[in-house]
Amino acid sequence: MTDPILLQARGVTKSFGGVNVLKGIDLDVLQGQVVSLIGASGSGKTTFLRCVNLLEEHDGGEILLDGEPIGYRDQGGRRVRLSEARVSAQRARIGMVFQQFNLFPHLTASGNVTLGLTKVLGKSKAEAQEIAEHWLDRVGLSAHSARHPYELSGGQQQRVAIARAVAMQPRLLLFDEVTSALDPELVAEVLTVMRSLAESGMTMLLVSHEMLFVREVSDHVLFLEQGRVAVEGPPSQVFDQPENERLRSFLGRFHGLFGASSA
Amino acid sequence: MSGLGATLLSSALSIVMATVLGVLLGVALTYGWIGLRLAARLYVDVLRGIPLLVLILFTYYGLALFGVNVSAFWAGVIALGGFATAHVAENFRGAVSSIPSGQMEAAKSIGLPFVNRLRYVVLPQAFRRMLPPWVNTALEIVKGTTLLSIIGVVELLLASQQAMARNYMIIDFYLFTGLVYVAINFTLSRIGARLERRFTFARS
Ligand SMILES: Nc1ncnc2c1ncn2[C@@H]1O[C@H](COP(=O)(O)OP(=O)(O)OP(=O)(O)O)[C@@H](O)[C@H]1O
Ligand SMILES: [Mg+2]
Repeated sequence: MTDPILLQARGVTKSFGGVNVLKGIDLDVLQGQVVSLIGASGSGKTTFLRCVNLLEEHDGGEILLDGEPIGYRDQGGRRVRLSEARVSAQRARIGMVFQQFNLFPHLTASGNVTLGLTKVLGKSKAEAQEIAEHWLDRVGLSAHSARHPYELSGGQQQRVAIARAVAMQPRLLLFDEVTSALDPELVAEVLTVMRSLAESGMTMLLVSHEMLFVREVSDHVLFLEQGRVAVEGPPSQVFDQPENERLRSFLGRFHGLFGASSA
Repeated sequence: MSGLGATLLSSALSIVMATVLGVLLGVALTYGWIGLRLAARLYVDVLRGIPLLVLILFTYYGLALFGVNVSAFWAGVIALGGFATAHVAENFRGAVSSIPSGQMEAAKSIGLPFVNRLRYVVLPQAFRRMLPPWVNTALEIVKGTTLLSIIGVVELLLASQQAMARNYMIIDFYLFTGLVYVAINFTLSRIGARLERRFTFARS
């Protein structure tokens, strides 16, 4: 039995002011999989994640979540934008963790987690509180639930942000370079949380420059180049025997961690 | 001390009106579709450009001209409130634009619809940022109520002048009247500072 396709992108295009940033992205994420996007700066990784979460509207192609088109519906062959309410409902099924954390500064750690639970999922205060405690505990922050973001380190803030996203029980979690803004010594604690989520069967689509981590947790890796998928495959294939010249030179920048290049 | 009541009441009414309408206008100014945004922008720029005294006279005589019969007191409140609405709206827009865009995006990503994004994420942060200029606007309104004497509202200043005409203690009366305004505004700024401390959630 094969796992059902959870996220399916077909020929997704996106341009900003005439510049084509995504030139037809195809990608499948199966339920329970971890899929990673790697690639040089400006290759369109962030833009693609933002299209999936409807922070940007893609121009062409389609993105299906559980078979349902994201952001648009088809009306007699025409693309019609979904209403604000429908868009919000779709976003609620997809969690996103940002490079800059984006915690709500006026709320405590637990307030950050409960906001969506009470106002989007309609849970009672008590129930939301319980769920928040559970997830803050899972990310190792149960002692900090009453703190405000400014009282937390970057790594702690990012773990609260992960708890906020995962507590909504999304179908899919998106991570956009979530360790890039952290001091090096704080990266590991966040990766540990992500690893444990992956092991618990969470479906994840991530953009990361932590190549060792990507190789370790991913089921499938896509190398983006100028808005196109240049190479894709299982991590062993992408990292250990890269045939694509550009991929080889890209990987070579990571301190010669990978066999193919000593640059 | 007659006239103090009129001063306090007209100030309070104008401040409440300006706060409620100013935030609504500020939302239109920030998030409205283009036509609404331009209309709001026009209102804000015009009202901020007119001298308050001209605005008060214009409202008082203008409303009468259009057959709207309001007392001098209410004409004054409408003029002061309308004036301060423009300031509050502009302060709101400034406060919102200083909130990082990631806040709105994080609120979107957990599935909050627009009104709830405003209510639970943007407004609490905007209010904190708006508080200092809001207090300034309130102080301006209190001082601005003296101009209502021109259209015959017997507020604190006009009441004092009438008392002077009976007593000839000019300096004492102006000194006393001035001190009453200082006392009102001092109280207002203390309340403002209190609120600011109460709503501080970050080192800044
Ligand atoms: N809102 C925008 N307006 C105009 N151009 C944009 C916008 N967002 C992204 N771009 C452009 O789109 C291209 C792809 O950007 P994107 O952020 O998706 O790249 P990325 O692969 O995530 O890069 P990085 O590794 O630096 O994060 C870049 O050239 C960028 O300048
Ligand atoms: Mg990026």
